Amino acid sequence: MGQILLQVDDLHTQFFTSRGVVRAVDGVSLHIDAGETLGIVGESGCGKTITALSILRLVPDPGRITAGKIMFRGRDVTKFDDDEIRDFRGNDVAMIFQDPMTSLNPVTKVGFQIEEAMTAHNRFSASLARTRVVELLKRVRVPAAESRVKDYPHQFSGGMRQRAMIAMGLANEPSLLIADEPTTALDVTVQAQIIQLMKQLNRELGTAMMLITHNMALVASLCQRVVVMYAGRIVEEGPVEQIFKSPQHPYTWSLLRSVPRVDEARKDRLVSIHGLPPDLTNPPPGCKFHPRCPFVIDRCKIDEPGLSEVAANQVARCWVLMRNVKDEDVAAAKASALSLDAAKKLKAEAPPEVGTVAGG
Amino acid sequence: MQAAEKAPATAVKADPVLLRVKNAYKHFPISGFGGLAVRAVDGVDLEIRRGETLGLVGESGCGKSTLARLITALLPVTAGKVVFDGQDITTLKGRRLRRIRRKMQMIFQDPFASLDPRMTVGDILQEPLDNFSIGSVRDRRRRVQELLRLVGLNPNFTNRYPHEFSGGQRQRIGIARALAVNPSFIVCDEAVSALDVSIQAQIINLLQDLQNEFQLTYLFIAHDLAVVRHLSDRIAVMYLGKVVETAGRNDIYERPQHPYTKALLSSIPVPDPAVERERAPIALKGEIPSPVNPPSGCRFHPRCPIARAPGVCSEQEPPLEPHGARDQVAACHFAGQF
Ligand SMILES: Nc1ncnc2c1ncn2[C@@H]1O[C@H](COP(=O)(O)OP(=O)(O)OP(=O)(O)O)[C@@H](O)[C@H]1O
Ligand SMILES: Nc1ncnc2c1ncn2[C@@H]1O[C@H](COP(=O)(O)OP(=O)(O)O)[C@@H](O)[C@H]1O
Ligand code: SF4
Ligand code: SF4
Ligand SMILES: [Mg+2]
Ligand SMILES: [Mg+2]
Repeated sequence: MGQILLQVDDLHTQFFTSRGVVRAVDGVSLHIDAGETLGIVGESGCGKTITALSILRLVPDPGRITAGKIMFRGRDVTKFDDDEIRDFRGNDVAMIFQDPMTSLNPVTKVGFQIEEAMTAHNRFSASLARTRVVELLKRVRVPAAESRVKDYPHQFSGGMRQRAMIAMGLANEPSLLIADEPTTALDVTVQAQIIQLMKQLNRELGTAMMLITHNMALVASLCQRVVVMYAGRIVEEGPVEQIFKSPQHPYTWSLLRSVPRVDEARKDRLVSIHGLPPDLTNPPPGCKFHPRCPFVIDRCKIDEPGLSEVAANQVARCWVLMRNVKDEDVAAAKASALSLDAAKKLKAEAPPEVGTVAGG
Repeated sequence: MQAAEKAPATAVKADPVLLRVKNAYKHFPISGFGGLAVRAVDGVDLEIRRGETLGLVGESGCGKSTLARLITALLPVTAGKVVFDGQDITTLKGRRLRRIRRKMQMIFQDPFASLDPRMTVGDILQEPLDNFSIGSVRDRRRRVQELLRLVGLNPNFTNRYPHEFSGGQRQRIGIARALAVNPSFIVCDEAVSALDVSIQAQIINLLQDLQNEFQLTYLFIAHDLAVVRHLSDRIAVMYLGKVVETAGRNDIYERPQHPYTKALLSSIPVPDPAVERERAPIALKGEIPSPVNPPSGCRFHPRCPIARAPGVCSEQEPPLEPHGARDQVAACHFAGQF
C-alpha cells in the first residue's frame, strides 16, 4: 500500500460526566494511507463519531483525549497549537456530517460560504477563490452551478446541500475527507449520487476518505479497508473483500448477517444480536461483547482477547473466531424474541371478533 | 352474539382480498392559495390480500404515510374508496367505524414519539383494551402481561415508563400495543427504520413470527428496499402520489417493468464488495417535482431515461396495467422496454 497519511495510536477519549467516566474511545489504533478509503462501522454509540472528532480535536465537553497519539504526516496532532490545528482542519482534513444544515450557515449564500472556507485559510486569493466556487459546485454536480452559487442553503434540496458540504470540504484540496453518515438522511437515489461522487473524487483527486457508517452495503460500495468498532474498541479490521467473505469476529459476522440483501431472494432468517451495547461508564469484564455473543465460552467472561492476526492483513479480537463455531450455534443466533407459549395463551383467550363497544 | 358475528366473517373469507383501495385521492389544500393543494395521494388503486405482506416503497414525500392513514381511516379521503373486508370504510361513522378500526392497527417509525411518556407500559397496553371494553379488568391485566411476554419483554415491566426502555424494546411495546385488540391487519410505517441493524433484525424476525402465529396481514412501508424485499410477498412502488408498479417480491427485482422501479432498485448498494464493483446505478435527472403541480401526462416523464418526448409520455397518463410476470402491473406506455 501507499504512504501512511494518518496513524492513530492507542487513542483514549473519555467524557467526564456526573454518571461517571464514559470510555467512548478506548485504545483505538488505526491508520489510513494516502488516497485510501477506510470504512468505520458499528452500532450507534460504539465510538465512531468520537474517534473522528478526536482526530480533528473537536471532542465536545465534558470530553477529552486522555491518551494516545494522532500522527498526521509524521506530526502529532494532539500536540498542535491553536494555529496549527486551525491550519490542519482547514487544509489537511475536512469533515462532512450527517446533517449538512448543522454545518452550513442558513443566512449566508452557499457560494459565499465555500469562498470563505478558501480565503480563511489563505490557500487561494480572493479572486481565485471566487472563480473556484463555481468550479467546485460543478465538480460535485450541482446543476446550473453558475446561478445556484447565489442561493441560500434552504433553497437547496437535501442532496444538493450534502453536495455543497462536500464542495466546501474539498475547497482547500484536503488529503483526507472524513464523512460521518453522509447519506443516512437521504433517499436512496440521492444516496447513490453522493456515493458515486465520493468514489469519483477519490479516483480523480486522490483524496483519502474515512467513511463512518452503520450501513455495511455502503462500505462494500466505497471502501478498500474496514474497521469494526464495538464499545469503544476495534474488534476486527481488514480488507473489505476478505472481511465480507470471511468475518472472524462474531460481532462483525452478526452485523453482516443482520441485514437482508436487495439482490437476493429471501433465503434465511436474519441474525439478531440480543441485548444492548454496554454502558460505557461500566463495561463488562472480559470480552466487551460477551453478554451478547451467541458463541461465548467461559474464558470470554474473564479475559479480554487482544487483536491478533487471523488471516493475511486481517486482525480480530476473539478467543473463538467464526471458523470454529458450530452450525447449531449459528442457527440459535437466528431465533426470535417471540414467546410461543404467550402466543398460545393469547389465542386461547382472544377477545371476541367484535367487542361490545362503549359509546361510538 | 359471537357466533352471529362470526358467520358473515367466514362467508367473506372466500374473497382473497382483505383490502381494496379504489381510485383514492387525498389533497391537502394550501391555505391562502385559492384552489392549490398538495396532491399527496393522487389516484391510487391497490389490493392487499389476506395473510400477505404488501411492501410499499418510494422516496420521501411520495405519499406512503398519507396512503396508510387513508387505509386505516385516520384521515378522510378526498375522493375514492377504501374497502376493508367487504365494507367501504370511507363512509363509516361512529360505532361501525370503531369496530373496523379495531381490526386495523398501526406501528410507527419513532417508538418514542408514539408512546405517551407519562403513561406506564401497563397503562399503554391496557388503554386499547379499555377503549374497546375487552374482558373484565382482571382479564385485561393478565392480557397485558401476556402481550409483554409475547414480544419478549419481562411481564413485570408494567410499572415502567417508556423512557426506561431502549429503542428496540420500545418498538416491541408498540407492537404489543397494536396486537392488544387482536387485529387482523397491521400497517407498519417505517417501523424498523430508526433502529440499529441488529435490533432491526430482532423486530423483523418478530414481525414474521407474529404473522405466522396470528395469520396477520401486513402493509409494510419502508424506504429500505432490502428489508421490504425480505419481508414482503408483493411490493408496490409509489412515485409522486401514484402507484407506478406492483409485483411479486422477486419479479419486481428481477424484471421491473417501470423505469422508475428499475432506477430505484439500481441505486441500492448491497453488502457484497464483488457485486458493488460491477453495479451501475441508473442516475435520474433532476429532482422529484412538487406534488402541488405534478407534470402532465406521465408524472415521471421529466426524469424518465426512456421517455419519448415530445409525445405520448408528456401528454397521456399511462394506466396501471398488466405487464411482465403474472400478477405484475405497471403504469408506463413503454413498460419493460429499456
Ligand atoms: N397534513 C398535511 N398537510 C399538507 N401536506 C401534507 C400533509 N401530510 C402530508 N403532506 C404532504 O403530502 C406529501 C406526501 O406525504 P407523506 O407523509 O405521505 O409522504 P411519505 O411517502 O410517507 O414520505 P416519507 O418517506 O418521508 O415518510 C408530501 O408532500 C407532504 O409534505
Ligand atoms: N457529549 C457527550 N457527553 C457524554 N458522553 C458522550 C458525549 N458524546 C458521546 N458520548 C458517548 O460516547 C460514546 C461514543 O459515541 P459516538 O462516538 O457518538 O458513537 P457513534 O458515532 O459510534 O454512534 C457513546 O457512549 C456516547 O453516549
Ligand atoms: S471472545 Fe468470546 S464473547 Fe468475545 S466475541 Fe469471541 S467468542 Fe464472543
Ligand atoms: S410512460 Fe413514458 S415517461 Fe412515463 S415511465 Fe413510461 S416511458 Fe417513462
Ligand atoms: Mg455517530
Ligand atoms: Mg412517511
